[in-house]
Amino acid sequence: MDKNQYLDMFIDESKEHLQAMNDNLLKLENDPQNVAIVNEIFRSAHTLKGMAATMGYEDLASLTHIMENVLDGIRNHKISVTSEILDVVFESVDDLEAMVLSIASGGDGKRNVTKVVTMLEKIEKGEQLKGNPISDEVAATVEVVKSSSGTTEIYDDFEVTVLTQAQEQGFHAFQVTISLREDCILKAARVFMVFEVLEQIGEVIKSTPTVDSLEEENFDSDFTVTLITKVSNDEVRNRILKVSEVDNVQVASFDTEAYKTNLSLTTVEEVTIEETEVSEVTEAVQTKSDEKSNPSGNKTIRVNIERLDILMNLFEELVIDRGRLEQIARDLKSSELTETVEHMSRISGDLQSIILNMRMVPVDQVFNRFPRMVRGLAKDLKKKVNLEIVGAETELDRTVIDEIGDPLVHLLRNSIDHGIETPEKRLSNGKPEEGSITLKAYHSGNHVFIEVSDNGAGINREKVLKKAIASGVVSTENSKNLTDKQVYELLFASGLSTADQITDVSGRGVGLDVVKSKIESLGGNVTVDSVLGEGTTFSIQLPLTLSIISVMLVEVQSEKYAIPLSSIIETAIVKNEDILAAHNQKVIDFRGSVVPLINLTDFFEVPKTREEDVYHSIVIVRKGAKMAGLVVDSFIGQQEIVLKSLGNYLTNVFAISGATILGDGQVALIVDCNALIK
Amino acid sequence: MNEANQSNDLKVIVFQLKDEEYGVEVEQVRSIERMQHITRVPRTTEFVKGVINLRGVVTPIIDLRNRFGIEEIVSSESTRIIIVAVGSMEVGLIVDAANDVVDIPTELVEPPPQVVGGLEAEYLRGVAKMDKRLLILLNLDKVLNPKDLKELEANA
Repeated sequence: MDKNQYLDMFIDESKEHLQAMNDNLLKLENDPQNVAIVNEIFRSAHTLKGMAATMGYEDLASLTHIMENVLDGIRNHKISVTSEILDVVFESVDDLEAMVLSIASGGDGKRNVTKVVTMLEKIEKGEQLKGNPISDEVAATVEVVKSSSGTTEIYDDFEVTVLTQAQEQGFHAFQVTISLREDCILKAARVFMVFEVLEQIGEVIKSTPTVDSLEEENFDSDFTVTLITKVSNDEVRNRILKVSEVDNVQVASFDTEAYKTNLSLTTVEEVTIEETEVSEVTEAVQTKSDEKSNPSGNKTIRVNIERLDILMNLFEELVIDRGRLEQIARDLKSSELTETVEHMSRISGDLQSIILNMRMVPVDQVFNRFPRMVRGLAKDLKKKVNLEIVGAETELDRTVIDEIGDPLVHLLRNSIDHGIETPEKRLSNGKPEEGSITLKAYHSGNHVFIEVSDNGAGINREKVLKKAIASGVVSTENSKNLTDKQVYELLFASGLSTADQITDVSGRGVGLDVVKSKIESLGGNVTVDSVLGEGTTFSIQLPLTLSIISVMLVEVQSEKYAIPLSSIIETAIVKNEDILAAHNQKVIDFRGSVVPLINLTDFFEVPKTREEDVYHSIVIVRKGAKMAGLVVDSFIGQQEIVLKSLGNYLTNVFAISGATILGDGQVALIVDCNALIK
Repeated sequence: MNEANQSNDLKVIVFQLKDEEYGVEVEQVRSIERMQHITRVPRTTEFVKGVINLRGVVTPIIDLRNRFGIEEIVSSESTRIIIVAVGSMEVGLIVDAANDVVDIPTELVEPPPQVVGGLEAEYLRGVAKMDKRLLILLNLDKVLNPKDLKELEANA
């Protein structure tokens, strides 16, 4: 088998299963009695094991297998869920994750996991759970189930009576043991199908394990039913074998004599009651299998993002042609052509929104790894933290999603490490022992906002200032006039973040400059707000997509340039006499501040095609607090453009951050205002 | 015999620059385009004419005449842009004309003539003499070397 062909799929799916396991383990921690969750985890582990084995990653498969044993113990109530056990399972999921990552980066997925394996094996043997009567008892029942795959079965008096009665009326009684194939996926559904067959030919008196357990898939691969029927031994077997994924069927006659004791109360009514019960149960089985098939109703396919990019490029070509067609239709004034072109325009408009939407993915893809991280970190720091996630369904462009993970990890760590106080301190401050962090995402206009807020200690203004003055970020005189907001902004200054001791002093500022620069490189910004003693909120504003930005198109001589709207403060038209000269630098007085002018014609060495005008169009742009006025010839207008790179050949062109294709098919360059302002 | 020969053959696209014929391997050529509007990219080296919209992809364009120090001419009906790909780079080369594809048996390829102090020699892979034609085979890796671009930028 050519494994490489499936490698990407394997890695993607493994990551998904690991994520599902992580999520469900967290759920299980809050709801340790819920067998359904254990089953979910088990299923993920089982699939992962199968995939790993098929791909030949033996280490991965064997660790999953050992973990599966523990999970199996939990769902069979042999092992009860405790925090310690979950820690070990979490740890093994971490190991599995590391293996998958190693495979993803071209490794062999090998890893020393002896420690985890030993612990898992200990748990599996129940070494930490000695003397638990409940688990012993359950284990005993499981033993009975195991042995029941032969012909021995335990019946209560009532069942024996029914069997006797039936046999007297000429029915056969059979013990039918059905083995499902090991790789059977929807066991409950198969059980249901088997019961349906059995209902057609007779009555099911008893099943082991119980129908409830069968329904919840709480059995290995085989189960036994006691059937009364008029059809022959062979026919029963053949009919059941018609159900797919049934591996083996053993039909044995049942000898009621062995059970016949002192019973006389047998009525047909009672048999009917039993019947209704069974049919009710089968209905339940049916509902269950319906639920199972639900997830597959939401069908998705994986598409490589490159293909979407290609689709987008092709579509842009189409839009450009559409523009030309519209022009031709206007010139020719043919109503038929105009109508057709208008229709085409509408359809391509819809198509555009669909293509853009395809690139959007829910922010959940990033958020979903945080609950696990917060749990681990809180445990390490001996703090109690509850993470609440709001708006995980908020959608963002794939390119943004890929980038925001790291900054968010940083902020969350910050909140847990420095924001949330220790349980003792919280209690002494009259707060609940458990701190809470809220991770919230929502849309607003053309932006997505992501907030990380905690109800921790807040930021101490004085301490931040002291530190900032000490590290020379602000002067003592300036520090007095700063608003709270401005003080908090100091946390993002790079001078503050590098020093480790800031953690001890202010409790904030580790690597926050990295967060800020990352967010800004994505065209967003980050702000912080805090109330001392009540908590801190970091708020990130991001554009919906990186591939489409709003720009102001301007003309410089006969060339067109695009200036990102995010950099523009405003536009102005100034007369010759308003332009002042300050030490060989042309400046204007813009609302009281002196703004230097940059003449784009000179700066970009644009061939001159126009006469000098007494009026000058100026775009005032900013970089942080600094401003500059770009002198252009005319404004074309605001437009949404698709961002394109200049390719791998022309890297680092000064003051040009990219290009876009205009409606007429020509390329316009995007001005990098950050590079223009020093 | 023939088949064996064929596997040794170089298939090249032949183009003209001034009065000489050059060749680039067909594997490195993505397409041949007609001359179209080129958007100038300011503050780049002289031989970078700018960028074009190549079916939605912004593609840089190099004037080969300028690159090789031949005097530039106004583009004509026969001017073509040969889109070539080297590694992850896709670049268009402006040439005077491109109209032929030939197979060159590798044994006909000779190393480029030694030019004392000549910068151009390193852009060449060799020359091939076929009947009366002399084909100059380009070493695109060198022609498109971005490092070279930087050095020239520094000199300019």
